[in-house]
Amino acid sequence: MLKSSRTALIATSLAAVLLVSACGESNKEAKSSASPSASATASASASPGAAAFQAAVDAYRQYVIDQTDQFVKSTDAFVQAIRDGDIDKAKSLYAPSRMFYERIEPIAESLGDFDPWIDAREGDVPDAEWRGYHKLEKALWVDNKLDGQTSVADQLLQDVKQLRVKMESVEIDTPMLVTGAVELLNEVSSSKVTGEEERYSHTDLYDFAANVDGAKEIYNVLQSTVKEKNAELAAEIEARFADLDKTLEPYRKDGGYVLYTTLKEDEVKKLSQAIDALAEPLSQVGTVVEV
Amino acid sequence: MDREIEQPQNEGREPKRVSRRDVLKMGAVGGIGLLLGATGLKGLSLLDEPKPASAKPAPAAGTIPFYGAHQGGIVTPMQDYVCMGAFDFTTTSLETVRKLFKQWTDASARIAAGEGVADESGNALVPPADTGETIGLLPVRTTLTFGLGASFFDDRFGLAGKRPKALADIPAFKRDELVPEWSHGDVIVQVCANDPQVAFHAIRNLARIARGKAVLRWMQQGYQRSGLADPKGATPRNLLGFKDGTNNPAVGDADVAGEIVWAKGADGAPWMDGGSYMAVRRIRMRIEVWDRTTLGEQEATFGRHRDSGAPLGQAGEFDKADYAKTGKNGKPIIPADSHMALASMGGKVKIHRRGYSYSNGIDLRTGQLDAGLLFICFNRDPREQFIPMQEKLAASDRLNEYIQHVGSGIYAVLPGVREGGYIGDTLL
Ligand code: HEM
Repeated sequence: MLKSSRTALIATSLAAVLLVSACGESNKEAKSSASPSASATASASASPGAAAFQAAVDAYRQYVIDQTDQFVKSTDAFVQAIRDGDIDKAKSLYAPSRMFYERIEPIAESLGDFDPWIDAREGDVPDAEWRGYHKLEKALWVDNKLDGQTSVADQLLQDVKQLRVKMESVEIDTPMLVTGAVELLNEVSSSKVTGEEERYSHTDLYDFAANVDGAKEIYNVLQSTVKEKNAELAAEIEARFADLDKTLEPYRKDGGYVLYTTLKEDEVKKLSQAIDALAEPLSQVGTVVEV
Repeated sequence: MDREIEQPQNEGREPKRVSRRDVLKMGAVGGIGLLLGATGLKGLSLLDEPKPASAKPAPAAGTIPFYGAHQGGIVTPMQDYVCMGAFDFTTTSLETVRKLFKQWTDASARIAAGEGVADESGNALVPPADTGETIGLLPVRTTLTFGLGASFFDDRFGLAGKRPKALADIPAFKRDELVPEWSHGDVIVQVCANDPQVAFHAIRNLARIARGKAVLRWMQQGYQRSGLADPKGATPRNLLGFKDGTNNPAVGDADVAGEIVWAKGADGAPWMDGGSYMAVRRIRMRIEVWDRTTLGEQEATFGRHRDSGAPLGQAGEFDKADYAKTGKNGKPIIPADSHMALASMGGKVKIHRRGYSYSNGIDLRTGQLDAGLLFICFNRDPREQFIPMQEKLAASDRLNEYIQHVGSGIYAVLPGVREGGYIGDTLL
């Protein structure tokens, strides 16, 4: 059943891609024809469990699109500040505007080159090809000037808008959903916890929190199924999310987060262990999927 | 020499059944399994019956049952490798601790039998239950030994009243340079095996099972020469080049072990009956300094000859040390401040040593080797045994010039687990 719904999705998304490339940035038609409802009803008839999963996939898809919409808006404002040469404003918008992206990072990564365009850190790609948020981060925090950055900012906005278009055709299936939450936490433990993500601005905790938000959203759409099939697992996951939230709490400040460099070694260790503690039971969500 | 008499700590255990997997394992250990046929598992543990180690060392492969009156890894003849992990609880619920100990019990019994920690579901959407690095490997006399640190008896679990007096805080000794990150812990798990990957696998999987309940505080791997390099099973040498363990008490003898190693209920903590107390010291060696020390000074430091391991003034490793014998200059041949002279405590105080060498690459600040001894010892009451001994050594041991105590811990090693029971069930 999974397999057939997956093929159905591939078919619809292929159609969507074709449409998108045919009509450029206007995505209205793509939206209607890429609607996942056809495949949803097809697989819903297979089993009640499948219907629940399809509902979860649909809900999550809506979330992803919603976050991307907000990401376009927040990036627009950030880019405007760069164009205006307003360093302080750009600095203050930088970390919060990225959070929409960090919440849905694995999905964006599944869409080809968007991640390197938007989120590459220095050294991830050849210097000549380096663009996106972190390039502007360096200009803002290291160079402290924005000369020549307008074109980088314009390109970023264009990439983000393009991502929004591509999102219409994104293919999300059950396996992606059950592994996506863990992937988000893996993002945290491999680059945020080490302070490597925001090496100039030290705003890593924004990304950290956003990755966790994204994982939480995935769990939310699956929650009723997990609860029904394995209440103990559900309780454990929820307790760990709560623990993690408590561990993050002292670092919240003025609607944002303190700089990562203010954390002491043992505080970093606690955060890292709280991520591991959550990711382990979360990795068991697949046990409630009927394959 | 009787120092290493083999004895199973879990005698008379019948395996319930012999699986195809067990038969395969027996095939792989060679003729023994084939000869013993269907009762092979019991047959394998027969290899652990008392006999002098010098006659024939234990084969590298084999199983030491996890369940029994005492835990394994205490009087069990030493395996070649250790992986020791100290955990701190992140939970404050005693019920969660109990649950974790039950899960650890099941996993440990399976690891000791050479199996993965749980049956695999084959579900492609979840990670495998076991981490996999021991698939296809023989059981290699793996033992898992659990102990509780002093911090377990603080106010978190309401067990302060149950803390045995013998689980005394180790006093600060002279010259201690202890690093808290290398010391203590709520729970200690000593895994010994004749394969380093098998030992690591155990700690790794226990840590994984513990996620959200307990975290690793420190972990140290250790080794001694392998059975492959020393098929005769001679006394292993530590990293200072000296035979280490020669004059260990013969704990293969139940009376000796009863005297030196095993705690008794009547000692004060009924739940510790059949358990023991483990002192761990992470002792770094000043390798570079030692390496430029003359042979004469090296031998005077221990009070033994380097190559033969014989006490100074004697010819054979197991010859009795003569502390009264003097040389031409009228001084004792075995210096009074030598490690052996002090540690022998006039023959009145004994501990059972079971340490391993460690090497952790280099010290990045100095470029010197970061290596030493993961000193492990078992005793019935540290207040009467380990503590006074270390007090004496810390004060005047000639060896102190070449070592540095950087980690420390003392643990109440739980009694053995009966089948159907779980780690710590006499307390919890
Ligand atoms: C890096 C540190 C250490 C090294 C290299 C070391 C090495 C040795 C060596 C080579 C021997 C002689 C052979 C033998 O009987 O095993 C020995 C004996 C002994 N050591 Fe150590 N040792 C160290 C630390 C300790 C500590 C911390 C203790 C206890 C507090 C201890 C207690 C003993 C005892 C009881 C003996 C037997 C003495 C006797 O002959 O009665 N050792 N050690």
